[in-house]
Amino acid sequence: MKPAAWIAVLVAGALFGFGLGVSTMISPEVVLSFLRFVDFGLLLVLGGAVVVCLLAYQIGPRLLAKPVLAPTFGARPALADRDTLVGAAIFGVGWGLCGVCPGPAVAGLGAGNWPLLIALAGIFAGAYAQGFIASRR
Amino acid sequence: MQDRPVRVAAFLRVFLNHDTFMLNSLFPLGWQHYVVGGLFIGSGVGVLFLLTGLVGGASSVFSSTWSYLSRLSFFRQTRFVQTRAWRLVYALGMVLGAWIWWHWFGPAQAAHTGLPWWQLLAGGFLVGYGARLSNGCTSGHGICGLAFLQWPSLLAVLIFLGTAIVVAHLVAAIGVGA
Repeated sequence: MKPAAWIAVLVAGALFGFGLGVSTMISPEVVLSFLRFVDFGLLLVLGGAVVVCLLAYQIGPRLLAKPVLAPTFGARPALADRDTLVGAAIFGVGWGLCGVCPGPAVAGLGAGNWPLLIALAGIFAGAYAQGFIASRR
Repeated sequence: MQDRPVRVAAFLRVFLNHDTFMLNSLFPLGWQHYVVGGLFIGSGVGVLFLLTGLVGGASSVFSSTWSYLSRLSFFRQTRFVQTRAWRLVYALGMVLGAWIWWHWFGPAQAAHTGLPWWQLLAGGFLVGYGARLSNGCTSGHGICGLAFLQWPSLLAVLIFLGTAIVVAHLVAAIGVGA
C-alpha cells in the first residue's frame, strides 16, 4: 500500500468514529433504547450511512477505473449459508444483551467510555472462540 | 376574518404541536444528530472504498488481530493476515475520530455506561462470536453488505435485529441490568 493509502485508511476510520460519536451510538444505553422501541434514532443512523455508502459503492466504480490510491476495487461477497445466519442470530442475542456492537466498542474508547473495555475484551474472546472452533472443524 | 398569513401560522402551529410526523415520539432526543452521524459513518466507509478500494466493516479486526498472536489455522488465512495491518490502522482512526468528536463537540463529562460488567462481558462475547461466525456485524452486513446490495446481508441484518430486539425486551422485562 502507498503511504497516502495508509493516511486515507486512518482518515476514513476517523470519519467513521466521529460519526459514531455524533450519533451517540457509542452509548450502549442509546442502542438499547432503540432495541426497546423507546427511540428509533438507530434506524436514521443506519439509513444515513447506507445511503452515502451506496452512492460510493455503486457509482464510484462506474466513474473511476480504479480507486484513487490503489489498483482495484474490493468486493464483499456474502452467502446466505448456515454460518452467516446462525452467526447473525448469536450476534443479535449479544447485541440485545449489552447494546455494544464492534464499531462502537472500538470508537467508544476514544470518547472515554472506559467500561466498554469490558465489552471489547468479551468481543476479542468471542472472536477467538469462533476461530478456535472453526480451526477444528 | 383573519388575514391569510395569520391563518397559515395558526395552522402550522397546530400541525407541528400535534407532532404530525411523529418526530417527537419516535425520536424523543431529537433526530438531527442521528442523521448527521449516519452521514459521517457512511462517508468514512465510502471514502475508504473510493480512495483505497477496501471494504471497511468493523468486526473483522477482531479476527485479523488474533493472527498476530495465534497459530490457529483459522486466523492464518490470507484474508486476515493480508488485511490485519490496515484494519488496525482503521480501528485506530475510529478511536481518533471519536476522540475528536468528544474533545471538540461532545459533552464535558465522558459517556460512562452504567451496565453491569457481566452484561458487557457476556454480551460482548456473543457479539464477537456471532459477528465473526456470520462474517459481519452492524457495519459489515448492515452498511457495507446493504450498500453492495447483497441480499444475504439483508437477511443477516433482519435476523440480528430480530434476536436483539427480543433479547433487549426480555432483559428489560426481567429487570436485570440497566
